[in-house]
Order: sequence, then C-alpha cells, then structure tokens
Amino acid sequence: MVRDLFRKNNKNKKYATIPTEKAKNDVPEGIMMKCPECRKNVFTKDLMKNLKVCPSCDHHMKMTAYERVEIFLDENTFESMDDHLQTDNPLNFPSYSEKIKSDAKKTGLNEAVLTGTGEIDEQKVVVAIMDSHFRMGSMGSVVGEKITRAVEKATELQVPFIIFTASGGARMQEGVLSLMQMAKTSVALRRHSDNGLLYISILTHPTTGGVSASFASVGDINLAEPKALIGFAGRRVIEQTVREKLPKDFQTAEFLLDHGQLDAVIERKDMKETVSSLVKMHERKEVTTW
Amino acid sequence: MVKTLPFEEPVVQLKSKIEELKEYTTKAEVDMTVEISNLEDRLKKLEQEIYENMQPWDRVQVARHPNRPTTKDYIQLLCTNFIELHGDRLYGDDAAIIGGIALLEGNPITIIGHQRGLDTKENIKRNFGMPHPEGYRKALRLMKQAEKFNRPIICFIDTKGAYPGKAAEERGQSEAIARNLVEMAGLKVPVISVVIGEGGSGGALGLGVSNHIHMLENSTYSVISPEGAATILWKDSSLSKQAAEAMKITAPDLKKMNIIDEVIKEVYGGAHRDLQAQASYMKETLLRSLQTLSKLSEDELIADRYDKFRAIGEFIE
Repeated sequence: MVRDLFRKNNKNKKYATIPTEKAKNDVPEGIMMKCPECRKNVFTKDLMKNLKVCPSCDHHMKMTAYERVEIFLDENTFESMDDHLQTDNPLNFPSYSEKIKSDAKKTGLNEAVLTGTGEIDEQKVVVAIMDSHFRMGSMGSVVGEKITRAVEKATELQVPFIIFTASGGARMQEGVLSLMQMAKTSVALRRHSDNGLLYISILTHPTTGGVSASFASVGDINLAEPKALIGFAGRRVIEQTVREKLPKDFQTAEFLLDHGQLDAVIERKDMKETVSSLVKMHERKEVTTW
Repeated sequence: MVKTLPFEEPVVQLKSKIEELKEYTTKAEVDMTVEISNLEDRLKKLEQEIYENMQPWDRVQVARHPNRPTTKDYIQLLCTNFIELHGDRLYGDDAAIIGGIALLEGNPITIIGHQRGLDTKENIKRNFGMPHPEGYRKALRLMKQAEKFNRPIICFIDTKGAYPGKAAEERGQSEAIARNLVEMAGLKVPVISVVIGEGGSGGALGLGVSNHIHMLENSTYSVISPEGAATILWKDSSLSKQAAEAMKITAPDLKKMNIIDEVIKEVYGGAHRDLQAQASYMKETLLRSLQTLSKLSEDELIADRYDKFRAIGEFIE
C-alpha cells in the first residue's frame, strides 16, 4: 500500500489508504468499496445496484445469503426454516463454539447456510443458500442437517430444490461427522430425485472439497457464476503433488465448463430468469396437449 | 521381516529373549524351562497390556503398516472364483480401485475395493491407492451391474484419499465421488462397506454409502489425515499424534459415535500378523450382515440406508 505512493505509473494517486479491519470485510459498510479483482473503487450503492458485480471488470463478488434472497426470490416470499438449530462442539475443540458465536453475530445466520421456502416468478421452490462469510461456508452437522431438511421439505411439497453453494468443504472441527453430512444430504437428494423432482445446483465462489464432492455436483442441472472457483482439492495441494504450475483458469467455472462438468455459466443478472425458465419447463402437468 | 512399530517394541524384545533362551536350552543342555515359562507368562500379560490399550496414534501406525492386508488379500481369503472386471467404459481403468465378481460361501457377490501396492513398483501402478474419477466410475458401473443381477455388494475402504491431481480435477473428481454417494443411496441390493486400513475423507466415502459399515479394529476413518488436521488446526504437522486423538478417527471412536455398525476385532498386533485368522473374523461379520440384510426388500434396503445416514450429526435442536 505504501509502495503505491512511489510507483511511477500511479500518477493519479496522491495518498495512501491503509485498509482497516472494517474495509477488509467482505460485507460493504462504507460508501466506497474496492473490487478485489481489478482493484478499482466503486460506490457501494452502485455496486449493490449491479448485484455486487464490479461494473469495470465484471467480477462477481461474494454475496451474503440474505442478499441472494433479495435478488433471487420474489419479494416477501421467503420463509426461512430451521433457524433455531445450534452448532454443538462434538469433539470439544477449543474456541470452536466462540468462533461459531462470533460468525453468527457477524452474519445474522445460525450457521453457514440459510434455508427456506420461497417463490421465483410465482413458482414455489425450496432454496438453500450457503454463505461463505460464516466459517468459510464449511459444512458441519448443522449445515448438513439444514440442507437435508430443506431437501425433505421440497420432497414433501413436491417442488424443485435449488441450492447456491459456497463452501470451503467439510468442517474440520466436527471431524468424521462433517464427512458423513455428504452422505446424509445425498440420501435425501436421492429420495427427492426418485420422486421425479427437479434439483438445480448453482455453484458460486468458492465451492470446493466435500461440498463440491457431494450435493453441489449432482444437480439435474449444474449452473455456476462466472469465474467461480470450483474444485475437489486445493490448488496448492495439487501443485505440490504434481510439481507443475497449473494454468491460471484452473478450477474456474469456465474451466469446468470446458471440461464438461457444468451445464452452463450464467451471469448473476441472468440467474433468476434462467432458473425461473428451467423451473417453468419442469412444471408437472397431468396431461400434455400439443 | 515384519516391521516393528514403536509402541510394540517391548513385546518384540521379550519375544526374541524367549527365543534366545529356548535355543540356549537345546544347545547347552541347561534346563531353563521354568524361566522360559515364566517369561512366556510375562509375555502374555505384556501383550495384553500393550495391545488392549492401543492409543489412536498406535492404531494409525498399524493401519498404515506396509504389510497390512489389502483388498486383494481379503478377496483371496474370503472368496472363491474371483474374476476381476476392469474399466469405467468412459475413459480408462484405474488400478487404485479393483472390483469384480466372486463366490462367498457359494453365493455370487460383487466385491470392490481400494487397492494399494505392496512395493514401490506396484504402488506407482496403483497410485498408492488414491483413485482418479475413473476408479469411482468403474466402482459405480460394477455396483449397477450387481444391482441388475441382484447380488450383494461388498466394498473395502483403504485409501488416504481421492487423488489430488490436475487430471483428476479435469475429469471431474468431485462429480465422480458425488455421483457415487447419490447412486449408492438408491441401490436395491445389500451394500456392506468395511474399512480395512485408512478411510480418508471423500475418497473413502465414495465406496461408503452402505447399509452396514464395519471397521477393522485398527483402521481409521476421518475427514482429514492427522497430519493435515494438525497443520490446519495448529499450523504444525508434528502434532499429528495429538490430532489423531482429538479428531476421533479410530474404529472404537466411530462405534461410540454410532456411525459404524461393528468393530471387527484384529489379531494381536494387527491384521498383518495373521491373515487367516483375520479373514475368518471378517467373514463372521460379513455373513452376519448378509443374513440380516437379505431379509429386507428392495425398498426396505433403500429406507435402511436413508435412516442410517439421516441420523448422523450432532447439534442442538
């Protein structure tokens, strides 16, 4: 930052900004916000109007779960579920409970996923929206349980299930219980699928590890936001294993699309419309008349 | 020569002492039977003391023992007429997972498992038992085949994890594992998984959505290796011994958490000390599982799997 002051090609800059803790926060609170990709400053107001997509470089910034509800579901149709579930500390990890409490306070969520019922263009759906501001969106017992209950709700209501994934993977502090949440959500999705119901998975930045290796990858339709990081193993781990530099676009949504792992990459502004049409096209009719 | 692990050093030392004395007795015509029998009594006690009080880290060492029996060993000891079937019909054949059809007590079963190598050369071929997507897709193909012909499926889990490599990502490692979880959930035949060595994270779970999960006494099942956990949680991989305890990864731990069905006891010192005996312990458990599960209808089997995983998780309602 200080170095910027002396950089030759940075003539316009006559001051140095020292980022405060507040400014580093992903949740914008100030008037201005800096795009983490192109480093340009944007008015927070403009950014929100642009769905947290940088107007200069089209970078899709992280969103909170509530922000997604705002832009994705019809107004005032969302009803949340299972906000009362509380994370336990099954392995008695020191300071784990404190970290959960602090993230709950920061995000207003009980855990790293927000679930509930809502409508998209007046079509009823059940949604699960993961929030990477809460423990990196990692999946422990409560995240697994909330997603499972949401899937079961969709099965019960005979409606589509739609998930926005954002997660670093399984939550280490809950050990093998976290791993088993991958299986738990899978058995529920299986039942939903056996009922002939639609499941759309929307992978957002970042979706990795155990979440990528379970529900995120098995939608009837898998969509992703542009440039989202999606992968099984971490880049650094792979680089250490294979001892070679990986391409810059490795594990991006576009990379996955190229390799046949996604149905489509959809811009945030088009997501609602796309999903809405897909839901519409999967509407169940008693009789089809041509 | 079987590698001795640090925690069992006293047992091995005492054993060699007894051998020495026995040899001495025959050579030097000195009667030391009393001393020998005393020492043998002590050995029994010592073995009991050490092998019945194994710490999590001791079990990790046994689970990783280079001579630990692999999927192939168990297939050979438990089954007859095994025919290995290769390939995922999409890309290739992954030697890190093997599978095929065999007879168990005269009945056909499909048997699938992670396969480590026994030496460096074989380990390179088998990628140290760390599968690529084609391994999981081969496993799924064989499971679907088993379902069609109505034979039960037995999966042996023994992997450090799915391979973290460039090609694996390109071919959809995540999707391959995820697909197995969902498809296994819907299988209409009995599925039994046995963790025989290391059960490493998603790479293990990809063969693990079963009606019954059993673990050999000295096997582990975890979301991350003790070394990895120590690095992430305390930024120090040398604390892996503590991590092995904190993460609750041993068979007795998982039994306590109600995640697995049975702990299959191991012979003293670990499965590698007596393969025949170990296989017979394993067979008892497998047959018991098969008898129980064969009474369930297709729908009941699926519901049973649902209920099993549905119940896992600890939280405050």
